[in-house]
Amino acid sequence: MKDDYALQGQGLRERPLEPFPLALSKHSLSLRRGKTVTLQINVGLLCNQRCLHCHLSAGPERREIMDLDTVEAVIAYAARGGFHTIDITGGAPELNPHIERLIEGVFPYASRLMFRSNLSVISEGKRSRLIDLLKKRRVAIVASFPSINEAQADSQRGNGIFQKSLAALQRLNALGYGLEGSGLELDLVCNPTGAFLPAPQKEVEKRFRQTLLKKWEISFNQLFAFANVPLGRFRTWLEEKETLAAYIERLASSFNPCSVEGLMRRSLVSVSWDGYLYDCDFNQARGLFMGKRRTHLSEMSGPPLEGSPIAVADHCFTCTAGQGFT
Amino acid sequence: METYYKPDDLPKFPEIGKEAPELAKKFFDYYNAVFAEGALTEREKSLIALAVAHAVQCPYCIDAFTQACLEKGSNMEEMTEAVHVVTAIRGGASLVHGVQMRNVAQKLSM
Repeated sequence: MKDDYALQGQGLRERPLEPFPLALSKHSLSLRRGKTVTLQINVGLLCNQRCLHCHLSAGPERREIMDLDTVEAVIAYAARGGFHTIDITGGAPELNPHIERLIEGVFPYASRLMFRSNLSVISEGKRSRLIDLLKKRRVAIVASFPSINEAQADSQRGNGIFQKSLAALQRLNALGYGLEGSGLELDLVCNPTGAFLPAPQKEVEKRFRQTLLKKWEISFNQLFAFANVPLGRFRTWLEEKETLAAYIERLASSFNPCSVEGLMRRSLVSVSWDGYLYDCDFNQARGLFMGKRRTHLSEMSGPPLEGSPIAVADHCFTCTAGQGFT
Repeated sequence: METYYKPDDLPKFPEIGKEAPELAKKFFDYYNAVFAEGALTEREKSLIALAVAHAVQCPYCIDAFTQACLEKGSNMEEMTEAVHVVTAIRGGASLVHGVQMRNVAQKLSM
């Protein structure tokens, strides 16, 4: 009877936390790889920001950066992997000194290139050559933009970042990014500014689109709303706030078995700054190697095999909560 | 220190149905229907609920609907304005009764 009383809006469900694999098996599900179509490249943990929600604990003090040899090995892997999409992330990938070589190198081998930006590096105006390259190669820019409220955005990302982000978005719009018909894609990623789940993606996108256009004349293509992953700096923050258990319970109680089929990690392989393979960026943060074996991409003849198992842990509840992480 | 209000009690709310399950079911069915998307969005309804929670000064409701508002996509600016709306109504409700005070005073005064 108690499930009948799961109050919408209050999330009142009495359910003890169960391990993620058990949650899968209760629904007769297992997490296995589909066809791997995306190569995600993490070029390092160096970042000019120190965001509180960062699952990788990226920051200015981090020295883990993809070197030129690894960049070349990644390009060679992209050439033999037959990936549809290549997704470049960090840290702040703008800060990797070999980033232009990486973009030029992988460009011929994928139909779609994505570049994740925190916007603040771009706003500093020192990256004109990189931005020109992104535009020339029609690279989609996927930018972090958590809130249309300045105080909340800055509370997650650091003082002054909201204004820098607006300036960067305006600069990208001026170059044609995010404008209809330009072919230059500008997407936003919205992570909650605290220990709560993201709002429904379509509604957030609608509100952000209206507000950004009305207040700052900013346009974008799509918005993705993702939950924060309880790893790295975000986990530390949750522990300090004494909300870690409640947050994980919130994720687990929102487990949506329908989200498993479409999980991004089923079709993605993630490369760390030092060239090792993971099932996703979150497993990278957790140190869970792909196939539970430390494999360098130079050992791979192609993408990971379809049907191979995916390493899971309790942080995986993040990607199966509600609408999921696809 | 003991207190009447404990956060751990909030998830026990469904237990209220144990002694009167049919009434509880009617209430919770109604409750869930009220907060479903209708002419008003779920986000708008949560903002109203947050404001009312402050008017009735229910700590459980403030806890639950603060989280609900954030998860429906409201920001702190909107949530703070909602609390001001209910504050204005509460304050206004007191102040407007000043008209009655004036009526009585005028009747009694020279």
